[in-house]
This record gives sequence, structure tokens and C-alpha cells, in this order.
Amino acid sequence: MSDNGFEPRLIGFLCRWCSYNGADLAGTARLKYPPNMVPIKTNCSGRVEPTHIMKAFADGADGVIIAGCHPGDCHYINGNYRTAGRYPLMEKLLEQLGLEHGRVRLEWVSAAEGDKFARVVGEFTEEIRALGPLGWSEQFKDEAAAVAPEAVTA
Amino acid sequence: MAEEKIGVYICHCGTNIGGKVDVEEVTKWAATQPNVAVAREYKYMCSDPGQDLIKNDIKELGITRAVVAACSPTMHEPTFRKAASDGGLNPYLLQMANIREHCSWVTIDPVAATAKAKRILSAQIHRLPLNEPLEPIEVPVNHDVLVVGGGIAGIEAALKLSATGKHVTLVERNPSIGGHMAMFDKTFPTLDCAACILTPKMSALGKDPNITLMAYSEVEYVEGYVGNFTVKVRKKARYVNTDICTGCGACQEACVVRKVKSEFDQGLGFRSAIYIPFAQAVPLRATIDPAKCLTLSKGKCKQQTCVSACGPGAIDFEQKDEVVELDVGAIIMATGFELWDAAQETRYGYGRLDNVITSLEFERISNASGPTGGEIVCKNGEAPKSVVILHCVGSRDQNYQEFCSRVCCMYSLKFSHLIKEHLPETEVYELYIDMRCFGKNYEEFYRRLMDEGVNFVRGRAAEVTDVALSPDEEGRLVVKTEDTLLGIVRRIPADMVILSAGLSPAHDAKEVSQIFGFGCSANGFYLERHPKLEPVATVTDGIFIAGCCQYPKDIPDTVAQAGAAAAGVLGLVDNDTVKVEPTISYIDPEKCSGCHICVGLCPHNAIQYNEEKNAAEVIEAACKGCGVCVSACGSNVPQQRGYLDVQIFAEIEGALAV
Amino acid sequence: MRYLYYPGCSAEATGKAYDISTRALMAKLGVELIELDDWNCCGATSYFSVRELDSFAIAARNLSIAQAQGDEDLVAICNACYTTLSKTNRYMAESDEVFKAVNGALGVVGRSYDGKKPVRHIMDVLINDVGLDAVADKVTRRLTGVKVAPYYGCQYSRPMGTFDDTEFPTTMDSLFKALGAEVVDYPSKLKCCGGLMMMTKEEGALRMCHELLKTAADKNADVIVAACPLCEMNLEAYQPRVNSTFGTNFKIPVMYFTQLAGLAFGVEPKKLAIDLQLVSCDDVLAAIPA
Repeated sequence: MSDNGFEPRLIGFLCRWCSYNGADLAGTARLKYPPNMVPIKTNCSGRVEPTHIMKAFADGADGVIIAGCHPGDCHYINGNYRTAGRYPLMEKLLEQLGLEHGRVRLEWVSAAEGDKFARVVGEFTEEIRALGPLGWSEQFKDEAAAVAPEAVTA
Repeated sequence: MAEEKIGVYICHCGTNIGGKVDVEEVTKWAATQPNVAVAREYKYMCSDPGQDLIKNDIKELGITRAVVAACSPTMHEPTFRKAASDGGLNPYLLQMANIREHCSWVTIDPVAATAKAKRILSAQIHRLPLNEPLEPIEVPVNHDVLVVGGGIAGIEAALKLSATGKHVTLVERNPSIGGHMAMFDKTFPTLDCAACILTPKMSALGKDPNITLMAYSEVEYVEGYVGNFTVKVRKKARYVNTDICTGCGACQEACVVRKVKSEFDQGLGFRSAIYIPFAQAVPLRATIDPAKCLTLSKGKCKQQTCVSACGPGAIDFEQKDEVVELDVGAIIMATGFELWDAAQETRYGYGRLDNVITSLEFERISNASGPTGGEIVCKNGEAPKSVVILHCVGSRDQNYQEFCSRVCCMYSLKFSHLIKEHLPETEVYELYIDMRCFGKNYEEFYRRLMDEGVNFVRGRAAEVTDVALSPDEEGRLVVKTEDTLLGIVRRIPADMVILSAGLSPAHDAKEVSQIFGFGCSANGFYLERHPKLEPVATVTDGIFIAGCCQYPKDIPDTVAQAGAAAAGVLGLVDNDTVKVEPTISYIDPEKCSGCHICVGLCPHNAIQYNEEKNAAEVIEAACKGCGVCVSACGSNVPQQRGYLDVQIFAEIEGALAV
Repeated sequence: MRYLYYPGCSAEATGKAYDISTRALMAKLGVELIELDDWNCCGATSYFSVRELDSFAIAARNLSIAQAQGDEDLVAICNACYTTLSKTNRYMAESDEVFKAVNGALGVVGRSYDGKKPVRHIMDVLINDVGLDAVADKVTRRLTGVKVAPYYGCQYSRPMGTFDDTEFPTTMDSLFKALGAEVVDYPSKLKCCGGLMMMTKEEGALRMCHELLKTAADKNADVIVAACPLCEMNLEAYQPRVNSTFGTNFKIPVMYFTQLAGLAFGVEPKKLAIDLQLVSCDDVLAAIPA
């Protein structure tokens, strides 16, 4: 475990049928995991767009998890297959934007897998802690200030 | 955007939240947040006075948006949205911030938990001004019901529903309904004859005009949603015209293939290639096993004796599978369990040593209609002088199933009683870890068995062997175990060893749950919506579960659960309409370029292309709100109500603003 | 097929015949065995119970040498060597403390070890690398009519069961069936032979041997085959002592499985060191059809 005093800021997109319930189960079972991730509920992981991920990084996130139902378990038949199909493309895109590998993670967490949810968040928090702050939000602020200083203060 | 006035309501949930999160601090902080007009805390926000806080603020302070920071929305979102609605606010202008399951319960450090609660709440405060009023969509409800599985759970649920006048289709995979209960001789602890209490129900079901029985059939495909499911059922070919067959059984007497191991008798007895599984089968109709029938498997059965034996001429080798489509409003899953495969526990020699048998095999041996006519005998036909019953085979075992199968202690006691009743001189040993006699009159039954002279040995058997080390072990089985009460290792000679195997999920439980669109627990049984308060519902509205497909349970609990599932279904299909979430997609035809991308991606075929407008259109009744079209469109044209991009963006902003 | 070969201490003394017959059998099957350079005791026996970390270090020295010597898997013939070496890998992977302590000790002699050298049992190689089909093809003298009791011993599949069922292994059964022998049902196949207890508490160990021998006799076995030098010695050398203690009259040939298998491939008995056996194997030799 890396202990560099840095607390990563994480966003987690959770599908409401499996992963959100899995997160609820982790709570009901009183499992403990780091407090760094704020969950955002969508109906299906297939609703999550690259722009959501980029928005999160632009606003100061250091890592993003997308969690959906296991293959075959999707409440919407095959929404999670769309997620699985898009994910590698998005990873490539983010790589081209200069994002280090490992700041985005796709996980399948069922409603019965509270322990897995807690483990994934714990692992991911430590991985991002080791990678260090991303700092896109500050960087964007600086760049925007250089171009149009009034827009930043407004 | 007009000026919004947000009310923030933070729940202590006793000490569940308040014991970890500094609610006072969060409340003070919330009051300073953009658009927040009032922030309140309360011990139990879900109580009537708690809900009144919201209602009053709407009326008196003119609150236009509200957020409740409390438990998971799956618990109380309906409660608070109802309160908002009662107060005169559109329910979709209220959001939940889950600071219990996702925060106070999972975080160790109170300071960190308080900070996380603020971030979770901030996300919703930022989102709320962008929420739009929505109206639930009201859809018609089909009043018919599908029950899957014809064991005691499915039978009970179907009969209960039929009694209310609802039409039920019961689909059963095997040629007859009855399930495992039909195989039992007696039931614990009352020693009721299983057949005597089950067969009247089976027969009533077979005759019930409100129930369509589809035995020897399997569900292949399910689509639709609460109140409106379409189901495809494959009726497997029986090669017998069931309209003509009278169930006289002459064909099975005439069949030349007579040594097929009977599934119903656990392979201890035989049936013919054309067969009626047992005498009280419902429907009482013959079925041809295509793998064993000489005509169907090899194309050569010289005499075709079944054809000549059948008076009505019901045999039809040309019969084909038939796929039937049904429309139903609700579904009950009652697909049962399978006995744990005892051969996996190699130390106990099942499948290797004669007279090591499973509990289900003993059920058949002790059953008067079973392969031995109810005589408790070993393979050589002699009565056993010593029987050892091993508990927890495959259960409570980290190598196999960690859970307790709940019924084995009790059915083992029943076995001991039956052996003592048939063979008073026979020594019976029960090797147990703990005796779990939890039900009504169960402990009393255990006491009775002690008085009947059964030897209870606390210890898990190490092995069953035929290696004899003393003269009285020669030619017999020996069970080696530690007797943990006496602190000694014992070798118990036995003529019969019964493995009280645990209950497992059906081998295809996972696949079946995927067909119907709900999940399984980590142990493989169907996952209930809530373990305490919704034990018979699933995450999919309109689909309920009952019996051992949910978790091992005894007959009384199964019957109770079947009734509960029937009541759940009735609460739904007794109405003409049901409200479903309005979080579906819409497409602005002015912005759509008609590229078709979303049309092909929609999992529910809910998007069609309108040629006239050169635009895609959402069929509202078919859309289920996954949002796949929204994320796929290159021009961001489809949007999902309640999950608009701007709303999600605002949540992200809010979560990272603190 | 090439492997690094760890004979183990017994192979130079009481278990000489196991080593000799293994080399002969493998040569016949075209499997090359390269003896590990400068190997030492695997660390087995009571050492593990007394000074566990030291034992891991002793085992790891062998593994470290193996890693430097070649990429081939390391093969052991003795059940205890096999289990001890595998166990060292497992503990090094699971415990930082063991990993550090072992490497600290190895560092003193200028070595290090990452815990990742694959360790195999000779039977695993025979069954899974050579393969039963290839084995059956090469048989020149099928063991038709020879009744074999396969005795696996405690540490063959326990605790890890890497290549066979932990509680009821069957690989040796399959091998001898492929060689044409009649494999008798031998439920005592995993029972302890008494092991080193023969030195300290003989009456207990004899009782255990008695059960194993009696089962073989009850099942009419012509020969017991073993996969461990200590098992083999206890079962064979102590038969007279078992007989005098229990009033029995056992005279059951006990062979290493490599010896009996070697005969099926036409290796001469002398080259399989069958003359070193204490209980005469003449009846077994005579029973194998020419």
C-alpha cells in the first residue's frame, strides 16, 4: 500500500440493477472500504458516455470506475455488452489525450457481490493513490486563464 | 433557469448514519450551498413527522426541489417521493442522497464519512435545479399469470391464484408435476404421508379450469415488463397424443425396452422407454423417451408393441416439439433444487461402495411405492443391522457449499424413525455437527428420536471404507469418525450408510435466471429483492420467486412462500393498470439526422425509423430506459428523462465540488 | 522432453531403487532428466515442525539452483520432497515474511529466489506430459493378470491436489490400467504408513502398516506399488515385525511404481534394481506374460 498522503477523488458510475445494489449490499453487510469514491447511478452501464468520464477528469477526478451487471445478467438484455464494446475504444481515446493507463476501470459487480464491490473500490483507491493526482482541473483552469482570464473569474 | 428553492433533509437513521456522519455539520454546510433554501436534520426522516417536515416546507416555504440524504433509494425513494407528491410537489423533483449504505455503513473514519456524505449530497444539490417534472407512465396489465415449476411451491401458488379467479399457466419441465415432494414417503415432524397430502393438490390442479398445465415443457424466452410479459414455451414432443391417451399404462407394460433407470426412483428401479413416471402422475399421460425408444433412437423396433397395446391409438412417432407463445402480467418462479452430487465427496465412497446411498435414494427405498415396496433393505435384499446417517454432506463445508441446507437434520431424524419403525432391532447412528431443529415441533421430534434409541454421535465422518480391521467389520462398511463428545475416534460398522446430502441450486439456475432477467446470489440460488422485506420478489418488477429455488427450505416454509408470492402477484394483476418509471428516452425529430445507429442498438426494438420525418422515433410503450441510444448517438439527440446529460454532468460537478 | 531432476536424500540410500528405476524408465520413454547441481536435503521430516523458516530456506536453495540451471520444470520422485518444495513456493507467494526471511538466508551464500520455479511430481510428468496414450503405445510387456494395489501415501495429493483429487487420487490407478494390469480397489491408498513414527513409536506405526498390508491381502493384490521411499521401506522392511506383532503371515511384494512400470516397457529387472527389494518379487516377475 502506498501511503503518500494523497487522497484520490474518484467517481463511480453504477448501474442501478446490479452494481448499485451490490454497493448497497456492501453497506448492509457493514463491509469497510475507502471513502474516496462518490457513486453516480445510471439505469444501465450502457448509458455511460466518454463525455461523462472526461467531464469527471476535467472537474478534478483522479480515477473513474464504471460498474455494470455481469455479461448475460443485463436487465436490458445486452446493454452491458455495449459497455464492454465501447470501453476499449474509450481507453484508446483517453490514452491519446495523455491519460495514464489505469485511471479508468470497468468492473462487473452483481447485486450479490457486496464483497467484490468493496474490494474493487479498495484496490482502485490504492492504485490511483500510487499513480498520484491527475490535476486536469487545475491544468484546464490555468490554460483557460491564459486564453481568456475574464472567463475564469466570471 | 428560474430561481429554485431546494430543501435538504438529512436523516440520522438513529445511529446508523448519525453514529458515523456528523449530521449537524453536514446540515450547516448544506444550508450554505447554491439554491438551498432550508436544510434540516431529523432522527428518522422516514417517520410521519419526518415526512411532514418536507410537506410543510413545500407548502409554507415554497420549496421547489427537495433532496433527502438518508438510506438507499431502493429502500425509501418511493416513501419520500410520495411525501413530496402529497405536499404538492412533482415527485421527480425529489432526489435521494444515499449516505447510509454508501457512506456511514462502509466507512471507518467519522471525519472521512462526513466529508463523503457532503460529496454525495452535493452531487444531488447540483443536479436538482435541472430535474424536470415527470409523470409515471401508466400501462395496462394482463391479468394472467405464469408459474414456472410444478413442485409443491408452484402447485400451491397456482391453486391460490386460481381461487381468486385468475388464469394461471403452469409450466413444468418433467412429464408430471409433483417435484421432489412426490418422491418422499413421510414428512417431518408430523410423519404425514407425503403422497396423501400432495396428490389431492396435484389432482385438483390437473382439473382446475383456471389452470392450464403445460408439463414436459420449458420456457425458452421472455420479453416485456411488469404487467406485460410475452413468454415462449417449448412443449417437448411426448410422441403421444395427450388428448387421446387415457393414462392406462398398457403401453409401458408392452414396451420391449424395460430396463431404463427410473429418474423418479433415483435409478434404483426401472421404467420402460414409454412410461408414466409414477402412478399418481398429473397429467396421467404416457411419454416416450426418445433416447431409449428403439423406433425413435435407432429406427428399428420390430414389434412396436406400444402401438398395438394402445387402444385409443395415441402413439405418434411423428410428433414434433411445439413452441407456444403466452402473454402474462406476472410470473412466479418455483423451479426448486437439486440434490448435491455426493460423488464429489470421494471419501464417503458414493458410487464406489455398495450400500452407500443418498438421502433421496433412501426416500425411495422407504417409500411403499418405491423400488423395494417400502422394505428397507441393502443391495443384497437383506435388512441392515446397522445404519449410519451422515449429516452435512456437501453442506457447511468450505470445500463445497458453505451454507446450511436447513432440512437435512430433520429429514435424517425422519429416516431414523422410519428405520426404527420398520426394523426395531437395527442400530441407527446419526453423525452430526450440530442438530438444527428450529421449526414448530422439531425439537420435540429430536427428543422423541433420542427416546427411540437412536445413537447420536457428534462428529463429522472422516471416511466410509470397506477395509475391515476386526471380525465384526468383515464384509461390511465401516464409518470412521471422531466422537467429539467422548473425545475418541470411533469405527462404526454399518450395512447401510445414508449420505444426507445438501440442497443445491438447479444446475441451470443461472441460465434460467438470465432468461427471465434477474440474478442469482453468490451461492447460486435466485436472488430476492430484499432478504428481509421482499423475500419473494426479484429485482424485476412482476417476477416473484418461491420455494427452494430461493434457498433451501422445508415444506411449511415453501408453502408459506408460495402463498406470499401469489399475494404479491395478485396485488399486481388484480389491477387494470400499473405505473412504470418514466425514465425513458425521447428523440427530437428536428435534430435527428436519421443515421439509424440507435435503431439497431436498442435491445427492446423500441426505436423505429420514420421515413417521412427522416428521423428515429422512440416507441414509448416499448422503451425500458436503459439509455444505450443516448450514449450511442454521435449528435447527442436521444435523451433520457431523469438521466439527461446535463443532469449527469451536474452530479459529477457536484460530487467533485466539495 | 527435458526436466531438472531432484533425486532427494533417500535416493542415495534406502530408496536407491526408486532413483535407479526412475532413470531407467524415463530413458526408455525418451524423457531426459538432468540432475540438479549440488542439491541438498529438501528440508522435509521433523525439521519443518521445529524450525520452519530454516526449512524453507533449505528447500529454497535447491529451487534457486534449479532456476539458475535451466528453464525446465524441477521434478521430484519422493512425495515428501515434492510436497516440501511445492510448499516452499506457496508460502513464499503468500507470505512476505517467509519471502524476506528465505531471501535473507540465501543472500548469505550469494543466492536469491523469486518463489516461482515450477515443481512437479514424476507421476504428474508421466500422466500429463508423456500422456497415458503415449504410455500405452510404448508398452511391450502388458501387465495382464497382475493385481496391483496402488498406494499413494499421505503427501502424494495432500494438501494441494495439484494434479489429482486431494482425498481420492486415481492417477496411479490409471497408469497401471493403461499398462494392462488389474488394479484392485485399494481404499487405504492415502492412509499413512506410519512414516518416521517407526523410529519413535513403533507399535503405532506397525498398526498403520498392518492396516495397509491387510487391505492389500484382503483385496488379493499381487504387489503394492508405492511412490515414496519412506512408504516403500515401512511397508516392505517391516513386514516381519508386523507379522510377529499381529500374528499374520504377510509376504507381499512392495515395489516402486517406476519399477513395475519399467517392466511393462521391457526394461530388464536388473536395470530397475528389482534385486534390491527385500520381499522377493519373483512371483510378480513370473506373472507378467512374456
